[in-house]
Amino acid sequence: MREMLHGSKAVAKAVKLCDVDVVAAYPITPQTPIVEYIAQMVADGELRAEYIMVESEHTAMSACIGASATGARTFTATSSQGLAYMHEVLWIASGMRLPIVMVNANRALSAPINIWNDQSDSMAERDSGWVQIYVETNQEALDSVIQAYRIAEDREVLLPVMVCMDGFVLTHTMEPVDVPPKEEVDRFLPPFEPEVKLDPEEPVTMGALGEPQWYMEFRKQQDVAMERALHKVKEVDAEFSRVFGRGYGVLEEYGDDDAEVVLLTLGSLAGTIKDVVDGQENVRLVRLRLFRPLPEEDIAEALRGASVVGVLEKDIALGLGEGALCTEVKKLCYDYGIDARVLSFVCGLGGRDVRMEDVEHAIQVCRQAARGEKVNRTTWLGLREVAP
Amino acid sequence: MKVVADIPSYVKCRHTCEASLSASRCFRFRQLLKEVSDEELFASGHRACSGCACALAIRLALKAAGRNVIVTQPTGCMEVVSTPYPETAWRVPWIHVAFENSAAVASGVEAALKALGKKDRVKVLAFGGDGGTVDIGFQALSGALERGHDFVYICYDNEAYMNTGIQRSGSTPYGAATTTSPPGRESFGNRTFKKDMPRIAAAHGIPYVATASVAFPLDYMEKVKKALSIRGPAYIHVHASCTPGWGIREEKSIEVLRLAVDSGMWILYEVEHGRERVTYKPAMKRPVEEYLRLQKRFKHLTDEHIAVLQQYVDERWKEVFGEGPSP
Repeated sequence: MREMLHGSKAVAKAVKLCDVDVVAAYPITPQTPIVEYIAQMVADGELRAEYIMVESEHTAMSACIGASATGARTFTATSSQGLAYMHEVLWIASGMRLPIVMVNANRALSAPINIWNDQSDSMAERDSGWVQIYVETNQEALDSVIQAYRIAEDREVLLPVMVCMDGFVLTHTMEPVDVPPKEEVDRFLPPFEPEVKLDPEEPVTMGALGEPQWYMEFRKQQDVAMERALHKVKEVDAEFSRVFGRGYGVLEEYGDDDAEVVLLTLGSLAGTIKDVVDGQENVRLVRLRLFRPLPEEDIAEALRGASVVGVLEKDIALGLGEGALCTEVKKLCYDYGIDARVLSFVCGLGGRDVRMEDVEHAIQVCRQAARGEKVNRTTWLGLREVAP
Repeated sequence: MKVVADIPSYVKCRHTCEASLSASRCFRFRQLLKEVSDEELFASGHRACSGCACALAIRLALKAAGRNVIVTQPTGCMEVVSTPYPETAWRVPWIHVAFENSAAVASGVEAALKALGKKDRVKVLAFGGDGGTVDIGFQALSGALERGHDFVYICYDNEAYMNTGIQRSGSTPYGAATTTSPPGRESFGNRTFKKDMPRIAAAHGIPYVATASVAFPLDYMEKVKKALSIRGPAYIHVHASCTPGWGIREEKSIEVLRLAVDSGMWILYEVEHGRERVTYKPAMKRPVEEYLRLQKRFKHLTDEHIAVLQQYVDERWKEVFGEGPSP
């Protein structure tokens, strides 16, 4: 059924469609409406789940770990400082191979304190062993949560999944969303039945001490699981597309097929960039949906023919002077022998609006570089002019 | 390169249980033993030091709890000694996540059992050392108690961070030498008194709080059984010595712990639905000095500091037992 939904409500509806057993969450702007909608669903008896209103994000993730290990399908959502506060336990959730699904409403990190959107929070967790999916629309947020459980719970994968959606831009904005019928979701997503769980009938020890003679094998297996997750994300999305008539892939291409300038971005910023690309020649957008595991081969293929790649992202790797994704694109260009200039465009930090002019400026810089003119390797878009 | 593939992330438990404690001559003990599990659910062969009272605290608690229990454990001595992968001493389902979140993980386990309709059959038991309880795990514990989860939390208190090599915690007693509260020209050891965690737990208005001592196993196991039988959160704080941390001989653990109770340094009581009751009254009050002299961690104390401790104990003794028996 097509409904006008805020992104947060679309997520809450997905949680309900997935028959989540345990939700443990702590409120933080702009994630709050997600947990409010879920609380109301539980209060109204629409969702039969245990809802633990915990005293911190650290406990939210810890409780999800305990619940998931006991055999429950679990969900949580957070943002920014909350995600940072979870940092320690994020690594444990993935190391223990627990298929927890979390929505992160992307928000800037302090200081200065700022509640608005950027993606530095989830970028900072890129090595934590979580699958990371960045969505562009509210529809994609709903669909990705459903897909996330299929990916996470697959016995070849068994990794937690983080669905990243831009705070406010998506969480607090209404869009028409097709809410699939429950029966169809039930057919697509079977109940969670873990191979092992905490159960007195068959006692197991989880979270044992991994001494030097074992630790590396655990990590290697996680890395292998990430490789498997890449295939699983594609497989699940293809099946989703067959059943529901919508698919996303690991990335989306938009614009000129043989453009010499290719822009790369994550999340809702793609919408603005598409509008700009519509009015320009010789430029293509690649909207990366799967960031972890990084689909390097697919990105390399999507960059074909590009002489300049402009990476527009809402994060800054301090000390590196460019966005985190930009560095990774440079790395894969080296691995895949792609001879393109890769430029970083840092934008939208702390909720700074990324206007069409900003994107046009980025394209202009890319074109200058394509002509062989000297340009800076990093450009901050929409930055306040400072007197020299 | 061939990957050492498919090593499980968990360890399966074996069920070979030996009979134990059967030689006890105590009638009340034998009675209780009829009710508690005669199998060893915390297996021998773990790597705890000999004379470790914390390992005893766990072994006895599991005897009282029986098999239908899920245990959560924070990072610490008892986790390290009992689960060196791929071995485990736990014959009940057990999970360790991090240092500060045993109670938080227990919240999740309990919620999952409820959601899956298994809560009536399976109990949830969370352990924590004093550091993992009164310091770094304090917030998670307070949250879990306040939310009313049906679980039992047992703090085994050896009065310092022993796993990392004897650093002071909020539960370290006055005057004790630890590596971070060492005596010196400007120091007599730990300057603060123990944080009164059982009272703080009781202030949450939970249905059951108790203190216990490994030297009083019957009293302890009865309290564990009671805590598990009561619906809602229960908190037990059990005094458990550490041989290297306290500087005691391994065969002296029980004697020292008993002296803690007989001197009034540790008082055994329970608070059931707000009603407080002392569960053991020493026949004779022993001087605190007798307790201190058995332990290297107090050997530097002067008469002046011992007098401070004696006065602290006297005040609490009077509060609990009235004037009572004196030394």
